[in-house]
Amino acid sequence: MTLFLEQMLNGLQLGVMLFLMAAGLTLIFGIMGIINLAHGSIYMVGAYAGTLVIGQTGSFLLGIAGALGAAAVTGVVMEMVVIRRLYRRDHLDQVLATFAIILILNQLVTILFGRQPLFVPMPPLLAGSVELLPGLVYPVYRLSIIVVGLLVAAGLYVLINRTRIGMLVRAGSTNRDMVRALGVDIRMLYTVVFGLGALLAGLAGLMAGPILAVQVGMGEQILITTFVVVVIGGVGSIRGAFFASLIIGVVDTMLRAYLPGLLRQIMVGSEADALGAGISSMGIYLLMALVLLVRPKGLFAADS
Amino acid sequence: MNGSSTFRLVLCLFVLVALVALPVFADATGQPALTSLATRILIYGIAAASLNLVLGYGGMVSFGHAAFFGIGGYVVGILYQHYAAGEPLFGFIPGSNQLLVTLPAAILVSGAFAALIGALSLRTSGVQFIMITLAFAQMLFFLFVSLKAYGGDDGLIIRRANEVPGLNMRDKQTIYYVCLTAALVFFVLLWRVVNSRFGNVLVGLRQSERRMAAIGLPVYRYQLAAFVISGMGAGLAGALMANFMRFASPDMLHWTKSGELMVMVILGGVGTLFGPLAGAAVFIILETVLAAWTEYWQLGVGAVLLFVVLYTHGGVQALALRLAGRRA
Repeated sequence: MTLFLEQMLNGLQLGVMLFLMAAGLTLIFGIMGIINLAHGSIYMVGAYAGTLVIGQTGSFLLGIAGALGAAAVTGVVMEMVVIRRLYRRDHLDQVLATFAIILILNQLVTILFGRQPLFVPMPPLLAGSVELLPGLVYPVYRLSIIVVGLLVAAGLYVLINRTRIGMLVRAGSTNRDMVRALGVDIRMLYTVVFGLGALLAGLAGLMAGPILAVQVGMGEQILITTFVVVVIGGVGSIRGAFFASLIIGVVDTMLRAYLPGLLRQIMVGSEADALGAGISSMGIYLLMALVLLVRPKGLFAADS
Repeated sequence: MNGSSTFRLVLCLFVLVALVALPVFADATGQPALTSLATRILIYGIAAASLNLVLGYGGMVSFGHAAFFGIGGYVVGILYQHYAAGEPLFGFIPGSNQLLVTLPAAILVSGAFAALIGALSLRTSGVQFIMITLAFAQMLFFLFVSLKAYGGDDGLIIRRANEVPGLNMRDKQTIYYVCLTAALVFFVLLWRVVNSRFGNVLVGLRQSERRMAAIGLPVYRYQLAAFVISGMGAGLAGALMANFMRFASPDMLHWTKSGELMVMVILGGVGTLFGPLAGAAVFIILETVLAAWTEYWQLGVGAVLLFVVLYTHGGVQALALRLAGRRA
């Protein structure tokens, strides 16, 4: 039972990380109509910048500032130099241009940091474990990821539903041309949204540092999972992104934790492990296929 | 026949003669590597042209075509492994090392996968379609990584290229001519498809799905048919590649491979018959030249791609035409 709860928490932790990515991706698509493959690259930039600053200064707080700053700067520069030229283009051009950005950023990071994965030490304050329930000991760091993720989700909810910027964002995602016609500086809004998305991706990258290896290609790994989340949740819907992230996080974690064991009941150990690993990494895609059969537009489609 | 189509016909014949003569030329000048380069260009040309059928003509941006390319390769690899081990696949399908068996098998199997993936993905459109095709390809990538019986992560080595009665397939030149023949047949068929009523419907679908539906055409069925044909072409290319490299690995299905195929299509010019072949040539040559020059060749490829997407409208072909037009 405690093992099950622990895996639930792990799933939740993966879920909020995915949400940080998916929220930005879905916002950018919903408001700007841009499919941004390079979103994963911003995540990578955040992770590397955080690692670098923490390594140089030894301070996790400065690392947070460094990662968020680097991610936001990368995002805003990307928007002004490349993305801005793509609003009126079709999806194919957007995919290719952002694919080019992935190649360029991955290569730049390889030149700067090499191919070896980097490891980030846990911040000392969050290094220990706490006993949540009798017998359920859980690392503080992972717990704080969950808390930060949920806080960000709540913050986004308030930002989008209760503030002027949020009102523009909602209006923009419903009818872009009308918002422009009403005299809103749409360019500014785009840059703000893109920067916000980049900030969230950078935060996710930074938090991933101490639990995953920081390496080239980490961005694309999470990007493709994020696509699954966005498709299941419904493109353009933040609420959908939130629930789909949690579902995907939990399902993926549970499959990886329990499927090999279940298969071992009916077949030889090593084969069960290989097959279990295979099926559990395919699981979320099968789930996506299932959702598509029932609801082609996703579970929480923004418009029907 | 008007002037421009005569010119095109002459150009095609000229390119064909050049392709037939290429291995002889390569050997005469002492650069046999040229033949291997040309083989890869032909194979990727087939794959990119297949992708172009859905992407350029049909307006469906598939980001998962490496899946069909990889499946084609794995069909050749798996059939060979069962042939070599002498035990049938699933207990009843005998293995084979005959190209005339494995190629059609690869085409059929990738077509079947394309039908399955297409049937699901085409329920959506636009940006979701891009994400979904990418995700399904990634799923198959993980499937092949986990198939330990067929090499898993490391891939599947094919000790000898498939045999064709009367040909010595251990000779790289022979493989080149086999690929050239396959490419020739493929492009003639593709030309027929593109210029048929079906091809016109596809172009119509790209321009406006709604209008095509309004005049009573079953949109979904046409799109799915195009997707399946396209998957079959990519499977053919994958099967040829497995024979050429004597290797099939999960890398063939990796998402960057899908990206590269798209890059070839756009470099050559979207929605043209031979554009993807030209695009494949530009991409492979660019990659080879940059890789020989620096370890960080992807930086160059990325920069060129970004430039092409942002500043040329219609790829290298259009750029060349426009530059030629400016000079004239």
